[in-house]
Amino acid sequence: MSSRDTDWDGVRLHVVTGKGGTGKTTVAAALALALAAGGRKVLLVEIEGRQGIAQIFDLPPLPYEERKIAVAPGGGDVYALAIDPEAAMLDYLEMFYGLKRMGKALTRMGVVDFATTIAPGLRDVLVTGKTSEAVRRRDGSGRRVYDAVVMDAPPTGRITRFLNVTQEVAGLARVGPVKNHADLVRGVVASPETAVHFVSLLEEMPVQETLDGIAELHEAGLPVGGIFINMVRPVDLPKDVLDAAVKNRLDHAELALGLKAAGLAGGSDDATAIAQALAQEVVDHAHRTRLEKRERATLAKAGTPRYELPLLADGADLAGLYELAEAIRAQGAA
Amino acid sequence: MTKTAPALDIDAILDDENTRIIVCCGSGGVGKTTTAAALGLRAAERGRSVVVLTVDPAKRLAQAMGLTELDNIPRLVKGVRSPDGAKSGHDGSQASTGSRGGSPDGSRGELHAMMLDMKRTFDEIIEAHADPERARQILTNPFYQSLSSSFSGTQEYMAMEKLGQLRRSGDWDLIIVDTPPSRSALDFLDAPERLGRFLDGRLIRILMAPAKAGGRSAFKLLNAGFGIVAGALTKVLGAQVLKDLQMFVSALDAVFGGFRQRAEQTYKLLQAPGTAFVIVATPERDAIREASYFVERLAEERMPLAGLVINRMHRSPAAALSAARSTAAAEDLESRGEHDLAAAVLRLHAGRMQLAAREQREQEHFTSAHPTVPIAHVPAMAEDVHDLDGLREIGELLAS
Repeated sequence: MSSRDTDWDGVRLHVVTGKGGTGKTTVAAALALALAAGGRKVLLVEIEGRQGIAQIFDLPPLPYEERKIAVAPGGGDVYALAIDPEAAMLDYLEMFYGLKRMGKALTRMGVVDFATTIAPGLRDVLVTGKTSEAVRRRDGSGRRVYDAVVMDAPPTGRITRFLNVTQEVAGLARVGPVKNHADLVRGVVASPETAVHFVSLLEEMPVQETLDGIAELHEAGLPVGGIFINMVRPVDLPKDVLDAAVKNRLDHAELALGLKAAGLAGGSDDATAIAQALAQEVVDHAHRTRLEKRERATLAKAGTPRYELPLLADGADLAGLYELAEAIRAQGAA
Repeated sequence: MTKTAPALDIDAILDDENTRIIVCCGSGGVGKTTTAAALGLRAAERGRSVVVLTVDPAKRLAQAMGLTELDNIPRLVKGVRSPDGAKSGHDGSQASTGSRGGSPDGSRGELHAMMLDMKRTFDEIIEAHADPERARQILTNPFYQSLSSSFSGTQEYMAMEKLGQLRRSGDWDLIIVDTPPSRSALDFLDAPERLGRFLDGRLIRILMAPAKAGGRSAFKLLNAGFGIVAGALTKVLGAQVLKDLQMFVSALDAVFGGFRQRAEQTYKLLQAPGTAFVIVATPERDAIREASYFVERLAEERMPLAGLVINRMHRSPAAALSAARSTAAAEDLESRGEHDLAAAVLRLHAGRMQLAAREQREQEHFTSAHPTVPIAHVPAMAEDVHDLDGLREIGELLAS
């Protein structure tokens, strides 16, 4: 194990949330790879039954079982687990009550179905409980089995309620085993060993939701992690060109000359037409860049570390994941 | 090589008086609510009397439609133009109901919008189906209180219930509903069935048994198998939980029939010919995959699919200039050290063309699997929608 100086040393549970469409699962997977780099062992947990991890790593659907799915740069293993609430419930019955055989009878009776779909909050407690167990687990010699656990969590709008398990089951159980279990989970989730990271884009709605989510977490006393700004487009143009474009003062004639010099335009009419179309593209880009700058400044107000991940030209495939993992490491997030 | 999908004719759907319900569905973050609102505005401005039911709108979008409260009441949206271009919506007008008669024949349309209050909707169902004393018992039960505000399927279930109510009221000739941001985009279809499965299940009968036995101590009269399960339940849930749950279940027993019946009615409503499902996606792998899944699921459920809307497509005004030629030309200029501006602009263009090509491929994947599903596109825009003009613009793009 190498020791690195990262922004999240000491954090063992990384919860990754984000508005739909921001690439939350991709960032969680890349973060797991980055944390595993250099010979560590990391568990990547999925909880929503969407099999997003399998899709990103190009694997058949994952069972309810911890299995190795990837090798990190410089050695190190990423394991994955798709938590199925019903299976987690049976696990829980066995672990805490020795009720393994009872599980089948309970399933038949519809008890498990009830507990995992209808009972308020119980599903979330089971899922976070299973994750907390993996965080705390030690092997025979007393060493932690996983150096870190990364959870692909519910979207930003639901994250506080999801993690605030004690509160969630309060209506269901003020005392008793469920409450005790929830308190245990809360102990892990609210500790300094946990960080809740947000994935955002440089767009208004995801940025607003990120700030709202961070405020909610603070209020609930849950540990806020970093902001991963995903799908960042490179700024290809010099500032003076962007400024000119915003003011509609791009030098079309110079652009047309350049196009002709590059052999892209037949006559000068042609060059002018292409230059005009390209100039429109530049204006769009300039407006977008300005908007992004504004959103970046808004995110900075959250006062938590921010990391920028590039837009992957070919989409989030396996090679892209390693690229993102590298970017995460280079910026000290792992 | 390019597979072309049929075009989705939005106006034909909006203008068809037989279209009574439009359901916008798709994975999170693809612009479902914005699409629903834009369709609603366009339909209203084409003369229909429309209500848009949104589940969890972003603040900005709610403001764009003048919604300020989450209160389950349809509010008239001001600034809607009638087909001849005049504005409707009177100052100070509040929840107006019963505005019938809008139709695409040039008469004045209206747009109402509302946000779903799921707890209130649930409470109203209980009140409608139980006598006052029983309703009180249910509404004050702690189990009900958390069920009605946090059960992961409640929002979906209540959205469908509200849809059924709006339809039965007959006050609008078109209802547009935006589905909740679910764990799985299909939860709203499954929630009623899941609730039904629970209500019909054996667990309920176990829990009901003591009440039926005249309130004697729990589980005495049950056979051995049930007794063991009950013991396990007590152990896991705790005795208090079980007691609350029993009270809840016995009180709720009276309203179950009505519950199921309504769920089934709503389900049938979704299968009816007057319903049109519009799947919303972005040209990203995940969203397109979810859209495909949706197409298959709707077919299985025999629910009528109108088509797919792909939001945020990137296009180039200089599409004839390919990414490869653009890159080569930029390299050429750069190596000669000339025309920095043109070289930089060509690099930018190449990036945009690559993005457009990738998006095109994602769409083609969808179309090869579902060649008959009509598609409409909305280009990527720099800013989010802030007002009715923004929604109107999206509506125009959808229909073009």
